[in-house]
Amino acid sequence: MSTYNFDYLDELEAEAIHILREVAGQFEKPALLFSGGKDSITLVRLAEKAFRPGKFPFPLVHIDTGHNFQETIDYRDKMIERIGEKLIVGSVQESIDQGKVVEQKGKNASRNALQTVTLLDTIAKYEFDACIGGARRDEEKARAKERIFSVRDEFGQWDPKRQRPELWNIYNGKIHKGENVRVFPISNWTELDVWNYIRRENIELPSIYFSHQRDCITRNGQLMAASPFLNMDDEDIIISKQVRFRTVGDMSCTAAVESEAVLIDDIISEISSSKISERGARMDDKVSEAAMEDRKKGGYF
Amino acid sequence: MNILKFFTAGSVDDGKSTLIGRLLYDTDSILADQLEALQSSNRKNDDGTIDLAILTDGLRAEREQGITIDVAYKYFQTDKRKFIIADTPGHIQYTRNMVTGASTANLAIILIDARNGVVEQTIRHSYLVSLLGIKHVVVCINKMDMVGYSENIYNSIIDKYKVLAQQLKLADVNYIPVSALRGDNIVQNSDRMEWYEGESLLHFLEQVDTDNLDKSQFARMPVQWVIRPQTDELHDYRGYAGRVLSGTFNLNDRVTILPSGASSAIEKIEFFDQAPDAAHAGQSVTIHLKDDVDISRGDTIVNAAALPQDSKLIEADLCWMDTRALDISIMYLIQHNSKTTKCKISEILHKVDINTLEKHPADEFKLNDIGRVIVKTADALAFDLYDDNRANGSAILVDSRTNLTVGALMFRAAVE
Repeated sequence: MSTYNFDYLDELEAEAIHILREVAGQFEKPALLFSGGKDSITLVRLAEKAFRPGKFPFPLVHIDTGHNFQETIDYRDKMIERIGEKLIVGSVQESIDQGKVVEQKGKNASRNALQTVTLLDTIAKYEFDACIGGARRDEEKARAKERIFSVRDEFGQWDPKRQRPELWNIYNGKIHKGENVRVFPISNWTELDVWNYIRRENIELPSIYFSHQRDCITRNGQLMAASPFLNMDDEDIIISKQVRFRTVGDMSCTAAVESEAVLIDDIISEISSSKISERGARMDDKVSEAAMEDRKKGGYF
Repeated sequence: MNILKFFTAGSVDDGKSTLIGRLLYDTDSILADQLEALQSSNRKNDDGTIDLAILTDGLRAEREQGITIDVAYKYFQTDKRKFIIADTPGHIQYTRNMVTGASTANLAIILIDARNGVVEQTIRHSYLVSLLGIKHVVVCINKMDMVGYSENIYNSIIDKYKVLAQQLKLADVNYIPVSALRGDNIVQNSDRMEWYEGESLLHFLEQVDTDNLDKSQFARMPVQWVIRPQTDELHDYRGYAGRVLSGTFNLNDRVTILPSGASSAIEKIEFFDQAPDAAHAGQSVTIHLKDDVDISRGDTIVNAAALPQDSKLIEADLCWMDTRALDISIMYLIQHNSKTTKCKISEILHKVDINTLEKHPADEFKLNDIGRVIVKTADALAFDLYDDNRANGSAILVDSRTNLTVGALMFRAAVE
């Protein structure tokens, strides 16, 4: 019996690579959903480890709300150039222009909910049978119960009561035509695991994850980046703050946290001592206790 | 730091969700906004304190009914270890969920209500632990506060459990008296039970050996994907990508490729930009062979000196997981690691009454039924027996009409 160094990050990494290769082996037309956030950036790194020196057996798909942080788009384009893989962009603006969805009104309007329609349209257009996503079970209570291979019906719906048992490390990806599977290779990672992995692998991230000066306004007790995408009125006072973002989403629903963290080490110690969960900075989850469960049933990531 | 995966068997009535909530709460793993949501919830304990059980109830129906329906995965870590909890429902109607949660665990926590002692459900949960081959068992005698922290009651319960453990051949069984509600012996040792000299639950979980799959005689790697860049500079590159299930592959090791039986030796092991001398259990790697052999997804690379079982007739334990009963007249798909082939259940040997452990002859298998069957596979599987090598001794059954996972199989013997 030999001994070898195989720590928790190695184990999480090996599991994720195994899952990515199962997707490659079991599906005809998979895709990797890329948001520009740290979790999907981690997925790209894991895909490199799973398939290099070959090409990825899937394109990257970005659902573009049109309300992105510019830093995310710059990062995305630079990364695509570096890895030399195909990028498909599904545009929420296009869905709006085609009249498929209607822009929300009012102060808390966000395009976050509209993404689902664009996502489902993109899946249908390219006939994707599996979509790899960076969701983690520690993020939220409904996600804690979702399988690694999560089957969606032709309407993109997740049915929590009809989930397939998922045993050992055997993933059943068999589906009927029109259905698709959402695959979550980093299900068993926590936010801290992702950061520790990014540090270990020396992975570059969009600059908004690190502390910077930004004009913000306060909404429902949260700091929001002032931007043309936010419906502002005279009551909103713009103040300049030293902030960073813990998740990367639509500018109109992703709140900033005040932070001085400029290095990954700073971020890791900040998270280790933090008392607020990552999705605590997501307005979209604050709507109700079952907000995520409801959105997932509707076809959300 | 490594990972310990454990699962908890017990019902809400035994305080299972409270126990998990307590572990998370006392290790500071609950964040302020989650705690806020908890405090604003309408569900409270009788004395007005927050109900920690809510932490693990994820789905709306579960919150409404105050029960666990599905497996929930929870995460926490201490300085010593990262923990993954599979929180499973305990009622008999959710046996399949328990089997699912237990399948990836290397430790089981069995909860016993100190007021009731060893009951039918304890037998059932312990049977599942033995069926799934979980190495370590911690029996938590919970609600000690309700029995006056009595050492006598604790001792009489563990005496009873020891008989059961012996009957089920559970190897490593440990006992801890706790009160999840009050936090006794969960994270800190309790001063209300000074007669108990063992460790707290958390301390035990931090110290226990994790499963070591590194039995070198069982070197196995199912091929998931063949990497062939087919570019000018990598024209002849052919890498077999997979995760080592068990054992170790070293450079130059003689290997056999199944099912073809072709033989070769390991030329190179790659892991992204590294070229290690060995690939160990658990690692996802890419292997290059010295000879040009035809290998594709579904094939298994194994140590040539320790071949797996070779039979298309396999005696196996089956747990049925679908609402539609087993139909022995039709073909199912069997998925064993990266290999899928057709199969039939050719014979039902017996069914087990998991409340009493009695075996009965049977001609049907319905949801949550467990028993012994003979499986006949179309192609040969490169399998080991579950007791020898859990990672390569299990498979799932898929109903090709619905594509649902309908059964879990644990291989017990090759027939012939």
